[in-house]
Amino acid sequence: MDETAELADFRAETRAWLEANCPEEMRQPVRSDSDICWGGRRFVFSSPAQKLWLERMAERGWTVPEWPREYGGGGLSKAEARILGQEMRRIRARPPLSSFGIWMLGPALLKYGNEAQKREHLPKIARGEIRWCQGYSEPGAGSDLASLRTSAVLEGDHYIVNGQKIWTSYADRADWIFCLVRTDPEAPKHLGISFLLFDMESPGVSTAPIRLISGSSPFCQTFFDNVRVPKENLVGAPGRGWEIAKYLLTHEREMIGGMDSGAAEGRDGIAQVAKRALGVGEDGTLPDSMLRTDIIRQEIDSWAFALTMERVKDEAKAGQGTGALSSMLKYYGTELNKRRMELMMSLEGTESLLWEGKDREGDLARAWLRSRANSIEGGTSEIQLNIIAKNVLGLPAA
Amino acid sequence: MSLALTDDERMIRDSAEGFFAEHAPVAELRRLRDAKDPVGFDRALWVKMAEMGFAGVAIPEAFGGAGLGMVAAGLIQEAIGRNLSLSPFLSTAILSATILARGGSEEQKAALLPRMAAAELVVALAADEAPRHAPAHVATRAEASGNGFRLTGTKPFVLDGHVADRLIVAARTSGDDRDPAGITLFLVDPKAEGVTVERRSMVDSRNAARVTLHAVQVDGADVIGAVGEGYALLEAALDAGRACLAAEMLGVADRAFAMTLDYLKTREQFGRPIGSFQALQHRAAHLFCEIELAKSVTLKALRALDEGDARAPVFASLAKAKVGEVARLATNEGVQMHGGIGMTDDADIGFYMKRARAAAETFGDSAFHGDRIARIMRY
Ligand SMILES: Cc1cc2nc3c(=O)[nH]c(=O)nc-3n(C[C@H](O)[C@H](O)[C@H](O)COP(=O)(O)OP(=O)(O)OC[C@H]3O[C@@H](n4cnc5c(N)ncnc54)[C@H](O)[C@@H]3O)c2cc1C
Repeated sequence: MDETAELADFRAETRAWLEANCPEEMRQPVRSDSDICWGGRRFVFSSPAQKLWLERMAERGWTVPEWPREYGGGGLSKAEARILGQEMRRIRARPPLSSFGIWMLGPALLKYGNEAQKREHLPKIARGEIRWCQGYSEPGAGSDLASLRTSAVLEGDHYIVNGQKIWTSYADRADWIFCLVRTDPEAPKHLGISFLLFDMESPGVSTAPIRLISGSSPFCQTFFDNVRVPKENLVGAPGRGWEIAKYLLTHEREMIGGMDSGAAEGRDGIAQVAKRALGVGEDGTLPDSMLRTDIIRQEIDSWAFALTMERVKDEAKAGQGTGALSSMLKYYGTELNKRRMELMMSLEGTESLLWEGKDREGDLARAWLRSRANSIEGGTSEIQLNIIAKNVLGLPAA
Repeated sequence: MSLALTDDERMIRDSAEGFFAEHAPVAELRRLRDAKDPVGFDRALWVKMAEMGFAGVAIPEAFGGAGLGMVAAGLIQEAIGRNLSLSPFLSTAILSATILARGGSEEQKAALLPRMAAAELVVALAADEAPRHAPAHVATRAEASGNGFRLTGTKPFVLDGHVADRLIVAARTSGDDRDPAGITLFLVDPKAEGVTVERRSMVDSRNAARVTLHAVQVDGADVIGAVGEGYALLEAALDAGRACLAAEMLGVADRAFAMTLDYLKTREQFGRPIGSFQALQHRAAHLFCEIELAKSVTLKALRALDEGDARAPVFASLAKAKVGEVARLATNEGVQMHGGIGMTDDADIGFYMKRARAAAETFGDSAFHGDRIARIMRY
């Protein structure tokens, strides 16, 4: 690869810095949720190394490498950020911080927030001080999100929020919520929605965890009972929240879709896992020929998908953006990841069924169960196909 | 290198698309088929392709070519796929040109390449012997005789064999029938004594021939590369051919999909366009995603070949395997979504389905290439 001298220097410095500063423990594969650093007021670090890694990276703004420096980011160019990513993968460094703030709210605030909102919220996201949750879905508004009914009524300097959200991931552990509310019940449904930020410690907010098929309770029902929210916490203009909501969803979808980046991204491909699990026979091939065929198909699609992510980025860089591909990446990536997890289970056979026990038993089965949600959260696969049909292919409405 | 096309590459793509849409659209394929044309393509078109630099795209400038490489070749063949244009592009400009440019002696290159680039010679590759692709499976024998060799064997599927001015024949100078070692490539004059060429008519209206060799005498100077070491050269040419076939199938899939989308928007049933039915919308949206993946693997394979990337064989197989499946899906869905019209000879969509099938079968289908990828990656 041709790299300018400047970028080559950046790579060398980055490599040296990471070697010196990334603790050994933070170079082990992430195996379960407890290995992930989510940050937030109440976050309990799983090890001193996890804390140190976050602090060191945050100090350079490298938890959010491409955000501007004045908001706590690293101010890196796309090319530099890519190099940082590659160098982190090279030593298998864990992300120092994962959060809805980074993936979803940050990009939306950078585009739609006012200066005060950016200065208030972005640095705290970058340093992992405030953990955010997403208040979109309601019991009656899932795929048809725009039919949401949680209301916000302006009284003096405050909005009074009433209603209920559901499936709010980590609502019981989050500090703040970005929330879709209806500010104008008279307007057509897409035009009465606003984008509001508030503290989960505000009086009138309560949560009730929901238990999942994986046994854990990462999400909640969230209730709002006369919650008072300062009116300056509304992002963009009143009634224009839908546009922000959709913009944020494209980021969420790309993030979820990217979870199957396959062999090209340095993670072991399914074929490597299979070789370790099953070994190869005398002819150098995996012993179970039907399973081998499935694995080959998976590798082909996974590789083709990773190359597509690469092409989409390269085209964007060259200003040739095909655009509107986030639904494609979400749909295809999540369906692939589900297939991959089915194969992972098959490869481990009955061992894959373990649920509770010593060490990390049960991790695989839980990961398999968790992956089922990929094609539901952030807009279901069917909804992504609807969006492609309508917005990309221009097919007539049903 | 970047998986975005450069400005130069975009120009090649656009000029190729314009050229084939104007000079060799599907109607031309239909005309040649209906006329049972003995050549099977329009020689005047082939000459025009030479004038455009297409015939010499993979031939070095020193030998009269354009020396543009495989990405350019693939973009041309994608346009060929979109328009189902008939020409000896694959046999002559890709397969034979690759073998000669890489392995030919200075005399062979000087004698043949400039004339190939000028569309004066059609050169066909006679390699495969089994119906299912197996490049090392060569039973055709080359026995030492005089200062040359004597070739005996049968090649049942030689693309453009019936109009070839020269053949490149893979024959065995040593080893067992399935041994990669011991294969040698020879230049053979199809008019030489002992050569029989029989045209075979195919489902996609393309040209292939059964070539039978019976004690055909060739000279030592007709050996391409080293004796017994033809396999590597053959594989290099096949990988170029596979990547270009992937590009062609991408063009086939893309056009078939565009035609289908048009139909979904115009055909009405139950008082509304059939494209408003969600069962069809979801299949179309899925197909859109598959075609996006096909674009990426095709370009990657072509780039890897140009860059001399050691993984080029894997990427060629990845492209051939993936795009073969995508083209099959696109054309089959295309026929299905056209309803009864899709089954008629009058509609073009059927031609696309036939070509997708033929191109997928040529030089290894998805099963072949999936297995090849796994073997290269040792599993
Ligand atoms: C693990 C997980 C985490 C989540 N985290 C959050 C969160 O943090 N914040 C938040 O706000 N939400 C969150 N969600 C909610 C998620 O966004 C919704 O579950 C999702 O949008 C689907 O809505 P629903 O559950 O109401 O299903 P429904 O909309 O009722 O869908 C049921 C089925 O009908 C199909 N369907 C619906 N409409 C159509 C249509 N028009 N055409 C075809 N098929 C259709 C769907 O595809 C689905 O298969 C999370 C969900 C999960 C599983």
